Amino acid sequence: MEIQKQFVALETIVVKEVRRFSRIWVQTLLPPAITVALYFVIFGNLVGSRIGEMGGFDYMKFIVPGLIMMSVITNSYSNVVSSFFSTKFQRSIEELLVSPTPNHVILIGYVLGGVARGLSVGFIVTCMSLAFAELHIHNWLVMISIVFLTAVVFSLAGFINAVFAKSFDDISIVPTFILTPLTYLGGIFYSLKMLPEFWYNVSLANPIVYMVNGFRYGILGVTDVSLWLTYGMIFLFIVVFYSWALFLLNRGAGIRS
Amino acid sequence: MTAALVVKDLHKVYKGGFQALKGISFEVQQGDFMALLGPNGAGKSTTIGIVSSLVNKTSGIVEIMGVDIDKDFSLAKKSVGVVPQEFNFNQFEKVADIVRTQAGFFGIEKEQAEERAEKYLKLLALWDKRDEVSRNLSGGMKRRLMIARAMVHEPELLILDEPTAGVDIELRRSMWEFLVELNKQGTTIILTTHYLEEAEQLCRNIAIINHGEIVENTDMKSLLRKLDSETFVLDVVNDVKEVPAVEGAVLRLVDSHTLEVDLRKDQTLNPVFQQLSLDGIDVKSMRNKTNRLEELFVGIVENSVEK
Repeated sequence: MEIQKQFVALETIVVKEVRRFSRIWVQTLLPPAITVALYFVIFGNLVGSRIGEMGGFDYMKFIVPGLIMMSVITNSYSNVVSSFFSTKFQRSIEELLVSPTPNHVILIGYVLGGVARGLSVGFIVTCMSLAFAELHIHNWLVMISIVFLTAVVFSLAGFINAVFAKSFDDISIVPTFILTPLTYLGGIFYSLKMLPEFWYNVSLANPIVYMVNGFRYGILGVTDVSLWLTYGMIFLFIVVFYSWALFLLNRGAGIRS
Repeated sequence: MTAALVVKDLHKVYKGGFQALKGISFEVQQGDFMALLGPNGAGKSTTIGIVSSLVNKTSGIVEIMGVDIDKDFSLAKKSVGVVPQEFNFNQFEKVADIVRTQAGFFGIEKEQAEERAEKYLKLLALWDKRDEVSRNLSGGMKRRLMIARAMVHEPELLILDEPTAGVDIELRRSMWEFLVELNKQGTTIILTTHYLEEAEQLCRNIAIINHGEIVENTDMKSLLRKLDSETFVLDVVNDVKEVPAVEGAVLRLVDSHTLEVDLRKDQTLNPVFQQLSLDGIDVKSMRNKTNRLEELFVGIVENSVEK
């Protein structure tokens, strides 16, 4: 397929994905906004006022980057996993498989769809956070690049989950038992420096720690881990997940008999 | 001229060891209208699945418009449109969006995709339903939507897997007309169907597959010539009480106004009509008792099982 036609196919997949999550905005865009608003009110305002400062900032300000990142991670993942699994379930994936669209275009299309939802929710949550805390962006480039690349990582992870999933239960196992614990233990609500040495070292094995801290650096200018290590981890995950997802797609795992 | 489809020694063994295809080979020439028939589970859908890339083959060669799918499946797929047996579009999307999106998957620019969607939705009498969510369509409309979707990139080879299943007679006939017209314009068509009357009326060539093997592959006329005898049903005006005797023909009385006549292929109906006329019996109408192809199909499939 010629490059120009590949772009048309890519645009088609992305538009289809954006149309899908926009059509069901009550399920996709509204719930994360409400959830995060509750976090802001309860943890930021009510509990946070008694906690005092963390990382040199008042608690509300400290948790804002983490909460935005949590929304981006959850939504980019769940968009791809639910959308791709639904197309498998309804067999509408066959529309794509019978077309000459190359597998890498299919993968990138779904990933960009996930990124679009992750960033849309991230934008909504950021706007809401302005009602609770005053934000001065420390480094726009770091903030935007980290949030975009993180959305890519979790969109790819969602795609892999969807390829293996055989039932709707399978698409909720990873978010419930892996993604949520890693996110909550990823330094959203606390600074890693508060932890005893053992748990500090254990936390460094959690990739979400790097993403949350990288994003926090972009907004507040503080981080518990090296920024270069953050970028290194993110790129490593992108390369590994992309190669894995493309390998599965080329093999037709879960989609071709 | 390059064949529209070449299938050589195609094998498919599914996980678990089920051998769906046991080395089938056949060719479909450009411009042909071919029927691929066989009982349920014979291997028709597996064959179509391999040609349309929904099923991975175990071994063998498939060439579409001269392009080997192992060498450039992407190029080969441009020439194929597939109408599957089951509804496989997003039930929550609008009719026009489904067709336009499919055009996009084939790299067709937005403006042209709009034009093509309009053209095929109008041809298949779905233009009025373009903004309807697809799950609200009737079964027949959904089938036509799948044909419009398969045609939007104007493929040279169109494969239809039981396109008229569950479609009422009127609609089925309008779909036949559409397919005949499409074939006249040069589109090669492969059709699987359980309505053998449909295959007999539409198709010039026929391949019968059973237990993963091709058991017949010929043109429709040659196949129909293989019939040894035929049974005709005569509706008569008069009240018939006794079966008329006609030399060389076997007549039966079904009821007082219906006769059945068995004739060998080399016999004519003239002696039957002459005798009936002499007996003062007037024939109102006449028809074949069973579909001719159906008779042959059952015989071929039964023979292949016995072998």
